Amino acid sequence: MKVLLLIVGMALVTYIPRLLPALFLDRFKFPAWFKKWLESIPYAALGALIFPGVLLVEKDQPLLGLAGGVVAFLLSLLNFHITLVMTGTIVTVILLQYLFL
Amino acid sequence: MNERITTDNHSDSAFVRGVKAGLPIFLGYFPIAIAFGALAVQANFSWMEAVFMSLIVFAGASQFVGVSMIIAGAGTAQIIATTFFLNMRHLIMSLAVNNQMRHFSAGWKGFLSFFITDETFALLLLGGGKGLEEKRTPSYMAGLMITAYLGWASGTAAGGLGAGFIPAEITTAMTVGLYGLFIGLLVPPARKSINFAAIAISSMFLNWALGYLLDTGWSIVLATVFAAGLGIFLIKEDG
Repeated sequence: MKVLLLIVGMALVTYIPRLLPALFLDRFKFPAWFKKWLESIPYAALGALIFPGVLLVEKDQPLLGLAGGVVAFLLSLLNFHITLVMTGTIVTVILLQYLFL
Repeated sequence: MNERITTDNHSDSAFVRGVKAGLPIFLGYFPIAIAFGALAVQANFSWMEAVFMSLIVFAGASQFVGVSMIIAGAGTAQIIATTFFLNMRHLIMSLAVNNQMRHFSAGWKGFLSFFITDETFALLLLGGGKGLEEKRTPSYMAGLMITAYLGWASGTAAGGLGAGFIPAEITTAMTVGLYGLFIGLLVPPARKSINFAAIAISSMFLNWALGYLLDTGWSIVLATVFAAGLGIFLIKEDG
């Protein structure tokens, strides 16, 4: 019972921040600067999600994440499809772990 | 007929194309959810409770933190409060996603907003340059998001029942793989626009610096809010 209460409580506080913009975004007419801010969020969020998080996947092995990140970066520069970028990253990290660690 | 086979993604419905676009997230989530399911069982959850949590919370970081806090002996209120603050970045992401859903019905908006995660947000707003109009349809977004959701839920069930048959090396590789997904989504637009590149790189260093002062959840929120603020000065009227 206590576990279910915890789960439902966590579900509520997780859904509320996701839901609020759906309820209120349309009710206001936003100025131009706010629209530019909204438009910039994906790039800012991805930057913050990637770094330094990618180095901390294995706390004592930052080079592992770095290697995966560099491979992803290079494959992206070569215009590979997103699925291949991800696959290349995963294969790199698997190989590095089995070969060197 | 051959024509149709070679260009098959034009004959699929928007929902199916959304499902296909969501497959990388499914694959990335599955092993990580296995790790979550296994951890939840260690915290004395039944496998069904673990799956129930994945079904109604659907937030990886919060679930790992929540279950770890239980193992560490934290109370229910503490865990719920921590979860709330950890999820503040979804508020920012949901603002951006809902900005793309302005013409959707209220029901669709409320429904699809439930499925906003770091990964679905990233793929919806930055995945590929073409078909932008289609990405702004409820069916496409539902296909993508539900695929990610099923990866998370089914992985949790597998982990809760089988408890950790995936080697740690694979889970690590899949986690780095999700970072690969983020990088793969960010590089193409950052190459096309020096402004977007500047915003992303500023956000990285801001987050890195803030990480010395704040916990990870808050530093990501603040770095995103402030670095996106650069866009106000960099982006011209029509983007």
